[in-house]
Amino acid sequence: MIAAVAIEALQMALVILAAPGLVGIVRAVKARLQRREGPPLIQPYRQIARLLAKEVVLAENASWLFRTAPYLILALTWAAASVVPTFSTELAFAPLGDLIVITALLGAARFLLALAGLDIGTSFGGIGASREAMFASLAEPAMLMIIVTLAIAAGSTELSSIAAFMLSPAAGLRVSFALALVALFIVALAENARIPVDNPATHLELTMVHEAMVLEYSGRHLAMIELAAALKLLLTISIIACIFCPFGLAGPGPVIGLFAYAAKLGIAAVLLGVFEVSIAKMRVFRVPELLGASLMLGLLGTLLLYVSRGL
Amino acid sequence: MIVLLLAGTAILLALALAGAVARGQGTALYAAAALVCGLSAILALASLASPPTTLVLPLGLPWLGWHFRLDSLSAFFLFVVDLGAAASSLFAIGYGRHEAEPARVLPFYPLFVAALQLVVLADDAFSFLFSWELMSLASWALVLVHHRDRESIRAGYVYLLMAVMSGFALLLCFGLLAGGTGAYSFAAMRLAHPAPGLAALALLLALLGTGAKAGLVPVHAWLPLAHPAAPSHVSALMSGVMTKVAVYAFLRIAFDLLPVPPAAIGLVVLALGGITAVLGVLYALMQHDLKRLLAYHTVENIGIIFIGVGLAMVFRAAAGEQAAAALALTAALFHVFNHSLFKSLLFFGAGSVDVATGTRDMERQGGLIHRMPQTAFFFLVGCAAISALPPLNGFVSEWLTFQAILLGPGLPDWGPKIVIPVAGALLALAAALAAACFVKAFGITFLGRPRSAEAAAASEAEPSSLGAMGVLAALCLFAGIFPAVVINALAPIARSLIGATMPAQSLFPPGAIIPIAAARSSYDGFAIFLLIAAVTFLAIVGARRLATHAVRRAPAWDCGFPDPRPETQYTATSFAEPIRRVFGPIVFGAASAVRMPPPGSMAPARIRVALRDRLWEIFYAPVGGFVERLAASADRLQFLTIRRYLSFVFAALVVLLLALALTQ
Repeated sequence: MIAAVAIEALQMALVILAAPGLVGIVRAVKARLQRREGPPLIQPYRQIARLLAKEVVLAENASWLFRTAPYLILALTWAAASVVPTFSTELAFAPLGDLIVITALLGAARFLLALAGLDIGTSFGGIGASREAMFASLAEPAMLMIIVTLAIAAGSTELSSIAAFMLSPAAGLRVSFALALVALFIVALAENARIPVDNPATHLELTMVHEAMVLEYSGRHLAMIELAAALKLLLTISIIACIFCPFGLAGPGPVIGLFAYAAKLGIAAVLLGVFEVSIAKMRVFRVPELLGASLMLGLLGTLLLYVSRGL
Repeated sequence: MIVLLLAGTAILLALALAGAVARGQGTALYAAAALVCGLSAILALASLASPPTTLVLPLGLPWLGWHFRLDSLSAFFLFVVDLGAAASSLFAIGYGRHEAEPARVLPFYPLFVAALQLVVLADDAFSFLFSWELMSLASWALVLVHHRDRESIRAGYVYLLMAVMSGFALLLCFGLLAGGTGAYSFAAMRLAHPAPGLAALALLLALLGTGAKAGLVPVHAWLPLAHPAAPSHVSALMSGVMTKVAVYAFLRIAFDLLPVPPAAIGLVVLALGGITAVLGVLYALMQHDLKRLLAYHTVENIGIIFIGVGLAMVFRAAAGEQAAAALALTAALFHVFNHSLFKSLLFFGAGSVDVATGTRDMERQGGLIHRMPQTAFFFLVGCAAISALPPLNGFVSEWLTFQAILLGPGLPDWGPKIVIPVAGALLALAAALAAACFVKAFGITFLGRPRSAEAAAASEAEPSSLGAMGVLAALCLFAGIFPAVVINALAPIARSLIGATMPAQSLFPPGAIIPIAAARSSYDGFAIFLLIAAVTFLAIVGARRLATHAVRRAPAWDCGFPDPRPETQYTATSFAEPIRRVFGPIVFGAASAVRMPPPGSMAPARIRVALRDRLWEIFYAPVGGFVERLAASADRLQFLTIRRYLSFVFAALVVLLLALALTQ
């Protein structure tokens, strides 16, 4: 029990401290591939520190919702990240780690973010919120169908049970898992506003979505939002790693698990950087096709499992 | 117990009379109704787990009497009715003062509530249908409160037609169930064993009749017209409660009166539920009338409830899947309870906004969070609850429905193997679209800058209205954090209808709810709530420690080009535009055209969007056209000579005698 609480505390501290670093690695990889020098790896930390030190410039008609949303968004993302087994399944909160709950927590964070985007009443906030709503309305059902696929195979919607199932020989290689992985990858790109769905590096561009919603934020509020975005990236990678690459989670103990987790995060960050450099941003109204494909893949995976548990 | 409950109903009927006689006593009448309904709700709650009690009154058909029965199913739905009615009455104490013609509301409101109570207590076909029609007529009168309004007239007309259709379908259904002997009491119907074909036909008629009241696609068309037309406390009752009474009627017939129906009908219900959920929310997204948007969401939520009901029917028909059936039924009933809470709450909020700004059009609202902060907060809770966000109650029931869907692969047949995952995908899509729709509903109405002078001058709702909203919001949170309380309370219903229950959930200490087994999946609302609260606390404390506290107010940034005109904001229509582009061409046959001004002209560009209501075109327009043609051809029979009329009578007599001769 004490060990579980200690591991939980370590994980909660680890995810929030490692998240900006992960963003730093992705940016560094992209910069190197584009033959730029790029900022140092600790730049995201510096940026959050800088934002925390700055005063908040609040729009005159900002409401209480606008001021409380950043903390709640960070909290909901952090709460979701604290129940995902990252380096050990021996978490105190592991029983809360239901995949549907995690998706819903992230959905709640997005709900608040979209509302915050509408609060000031600027056209950019509206554009971001409405596009985010469109993406989410396709990405969330896709995510749920992926969850159903995994849950039917593993007999549980709990992440630690799914990880344990994936580690067991019963998992094997299945068509539906491949479909779910592809679908999950697309959903992950959309959830985290990455290329080709959105570009995290642009401002003042009509195609922006996430950045348009947070345009009015400044100071510590913006620091909370940026931290939450970085945490969400780490969380998404952790979920994919926990499901499809659960090595080092259950057996060998937390120390080896930590190293395995660090390696997984590093590899994922490099892969993401390479992927983002090698693909172009999509037009906004092409994105629904991509997300629709992801939804159909998820549904196909589920149907295959319904028809035969072996597929 | 049942005598006390009926005494409450009698008081409501007396109030209806008093409302017709005494003018201008709205406050006292609503207060009395709130008190009676509140007490009745407590009684209903207390009798949830008690054995069925019956009562026969010498009313109704002389040879039949008026049968009443209070079992766990009717006690639960009576609780839903009374809770919703108590909250509506409380809300109406303040809201009713703004009514232009209270004399058109006061007599019918208590009558409507009394009829709702009678439907769930009725225990024979005659009293059931009588109460059902009373409920329809009373609510019809309330829909026509603003009787000079063109939209209200159309709403009332369509509602009346659909109510007649619904009553007729139920009449036929009970006729089939009663058989040739005329055994109209439910007790006799339970003992009768109708032939499978007959039972299936009766069940399909029941689905049509109750579905038309509940708002199941494609017989939903009246609902988004009628619910918004009524005063808001009545809209809350119609959306939050009357649709649930229709669900009750279906459950009563499908699970209690009839023998176990085949899985195929369950699949039909399941498929209809899934289609209803998605179409309901898509239609809702296209609305900019706040109350109509909410009414379409009722259609969506009825779809979600019927997904649960359909799953329960499918599992119930399969051997050895009783636990799964109990789970699905519990999920559906949980959603019934949840929806009655948050839909009433949202309609109260919409009513307060309507009173404060004089319009239901979201395009003329905006920024109300500053002038109606408490209404905004409660409305936000309702939005989050209906969007199935944890830790609120809507999430729990949808989570339970998903857990039931996950048990589908255990079924041996092929039909469920295809339909259940598709229904799951439709449920997921509906849930995600609902969140998008409520971002729009809350964001456009309460956030941003005021889009009209009325919205800029709005003022907060009355304390009684806020109290009603506050109670419902608190219940939403309570049912989300302690779902075990609700699930355990629903267990007697599942036991009596299906013969199995969900596992008993632990109440003290509040633990995780377990749908089937702890190893499979669990959800701990209380722990999630504590976790979110703790982490929020950490985030705030962390930010306070590490960051400066300085705040400066300044004009909005907006990328350096802030435009003070409120027209530059996103509107409800433009917010939904991306989703309309994705789903519109398929569902609505949407066509939009942009007309740009000539170069150099300062005139605004215009966009025209045409949406077609395909369901109306497919299901309603042909029927309407057919009836009109029929009526036109029958018109010719109206101006005949007496000789011709007599020959018709003679011909009819010959035909009937021939029929008699041939059948004898």
